[in-house]
Amino acid sequence: MNLHEYQAKEILRRFGVAIPPGEIATTPAQAEALAMKLGTAVMVKAQVHAGGRGKAGGVKFCKTPADAKEKAAAILGMKIKGLTVEKVLVTVAADIGSEAYVGIIVDRARKKPVFMVSAAGGIDIEEVAAKTPEKIKYHGVDVRYGLQAYEAMELGFFLYQDVKLARAAAKVMQQLYAAFMATGCSLAEINPLVVTPQGEILAVDGKMVVDDNELDRRPDIEALRDESSEAQSEVDARKHSLTFIKLEGNVGCVVNGAGLAMATMDLVKYYGGEPANFLDIGGSSNPEKVVNALRIITEDPNVKAILFNIFGGITRTDDVANGIVTATKANPLKVPLVIRLTGTNEEIAMKILTENGFSASKDMDEAVQHAVRLAKGGKAA
Amino acid sequence: MSIFIDKNTRLVVQGITGRDGSFHTKQMMEYGTHVVAGVTPGKGGQKFEGVSPRGEAVMAPIFNTVADAVSATGANTSVIYVPPAFAADAIMEAAASGVQLVVCITEGVPVLDMTRVYPFVKERGVRLLGPNCPGLISPGQSKVGIIPGRICAEGPVGVVSRSGTLTYEIVYQLTRAGIGQTSCVGIGGDPINGTNFIDCLAAFEKDPHTKAVAMMGEIGGTDEQEAAAFVKQHMKKPVVGFIAGQTAPPGRRMGHAGAIISGSAGTAAEKLEAFQAAGMGVAKRPIDFVDLIKARLK
Repeated sequence: MNLHEYQAKEILRRFGVAIPPGEIATTPAQAEALAMKLGTAVMVKAQVHAGGRGKAGGVKFCKTPADAKEKAAAILGMKIKGLTVEKVLVTVAADIGSEAYVGIIVDRARKKPVFMVSAAGGIDIEEVAAKTPEKIKYHGVDVRYGLQAYEAMELGFFLYQDVKLARAAAKVMQQLYAAFMATGCSLAEINPLVVTPQGEILAVDGKMVVDDNELDRRPDIEALRDESSEAQSEVDARKHSLTFIKLEGNVGCVVNGAGLAMATMDLVKYYGGEPANFLDIGGSSNPEKVVNALRIITEDPNVKAILFNIFGGITRTDDVANGIVTATKANPLKVPLVIRLTGTNEEIAMKILTENGFSASKDMDEAVQHAVRLAKGGKAA
Repeated sequence: MSIFIDKNTRLVVQGITGRDGSFHTKQMMEYGTHVVAGVTPGKGGQKFEGVSPRGEAVMAPIFNTVADAVSATGANTSVIYVPPAFAADAIMEAAASGVQLVVCITEGVPVLDMTRVYPFVKERGVRLLGPNCPGLISPGQSKVGIIPGRICAEGPVGVVSRSGTLTYEIVYQLTRAGIGQTSCVGIGGDPINGTNFIDCLAAFEKDPHTKAVAMMGEIGGTDEQEAAAFVKQHMKKPVVGFIAGQTAPPGRRMGHAGAIISGSAGTAAEKLEAFQAAGMGVAKRPIDFVDLIKARLK
């Protein structure tokens, strides 16, 4: 789960990181009032889960409260990478002397949280990595011991020669690491970490991504979820324990297991079709999951045919068959349905389907080709 | 033969009385796996009953701790079906108990838990498979985990995969075409897991009965590229690969660090290219494994 900049900053502030004061506004008038209260030049920053906010015009410097009102009016409601801006952060504009990058990510290869720091901070850190990799220092942390003082100092000295600044940066490393672990992050970054002309260290932007598997034991973090920033169908799916990602095609797919779901989408494309979605009903599915899956898929007007591809292991195919029958009785389908199922209890499933006027295939390629043909307006085989 | 598990596997099931644990323990007993013990704290002294492949009643004693189970029964392998919040502790308990192989089926284990667990397990010289994996099966000998036994058959092909049901699909297609397997291993799709493709490829290369390997990867990360490099440098046996997610949309970005640290986005195209460069067979569809493997067994 992604946190907004203002949420990440609140957490970092709690762990002692110095952050310029700021608050959230949802209307231009609020932005104006906040700028007045802060009593100085401010930044108005779009709060959406997308990179490149600045380049999209979602981050503006404002000299006066009236200016803040006007800029907020332009930013609120604008779309950045398809996401509508509902909130802006109004925050004191820091004087910037130098900009560094500090991030931690759980690295698959090293199997530990890894610090990445660079004195070349700001928005183009990827370019730094690509063109001048020597300007980035990587350091893996053994979580059983935590980040040691000497490690933090090594990172601090990589950024600043001056011992005072190096010490201050080392402290930020410790604070960021503590926040990262306590929040259950898979990524946390401060970019830029600014040194002001007065020699003060400030986190001017912050980003945190929380491991979804941490949310059950961290209800306070789950409470930060912003559903308005996600597609409605994806929120709906998550509530019913389905994994759903909407795509642009017209073949609706219902599959059990992420790998098989991706392979099914690939096969749809292989045979000349376009998948309308990724939908994983997971293991041990009950009929109700199937009912919800069908409802979510049929709400997409682009869908011209629906394909079920179920390989029963933990999933009992008779549960899926019962779900299909229940769902289509309650809401008759307006588009054709192609069913492929095999595995656990397939004889029972086939019987249920046949008795209710459905046919099903045991072969994945055959079923996918059939669904693609129907989505293109072809006749049922 | 097989890799990692065989006729001599003596299994202890952690979470044997839970919903998933009890269901799959029965399935494993029915397949012929030697389930010698179960663990559920507080239920020590009870017994778990199942049925052997020949229809006879079989029984496994239940213990309070894995250490008790291992010292009483000589279990050498553990399988874990406990909820995610308890999985890290269960893995460490197993690794400390003296078993050689720990298979963690549990899905949803926080990745930061795994950063503690991984070095703990490695330092004890124990092999961990998973978490979030379907386990493994050596057809005709033993099954540990949740892979359906009836889709497998004994034969010369090693199977290793990052996903669950996709593995079933491909194993099923191989079996239907008369191509059996030495072992099928699901390594799981979590960011930090105990056993990777290379571990399995190296084991298959050493196993005298394995004549060819089928490998199923997914988009994301660089494990498949590294596996391809291993195939090129260290393997004489033919390997056929597949990547799921060739048409998946580029994910919403995980910040700057995500893109940088993996060095690349881990797209299907670059993985398939790595397969080709390593001289591996490339299956465009699951069904293509059948012909590609057949040609390499001749």
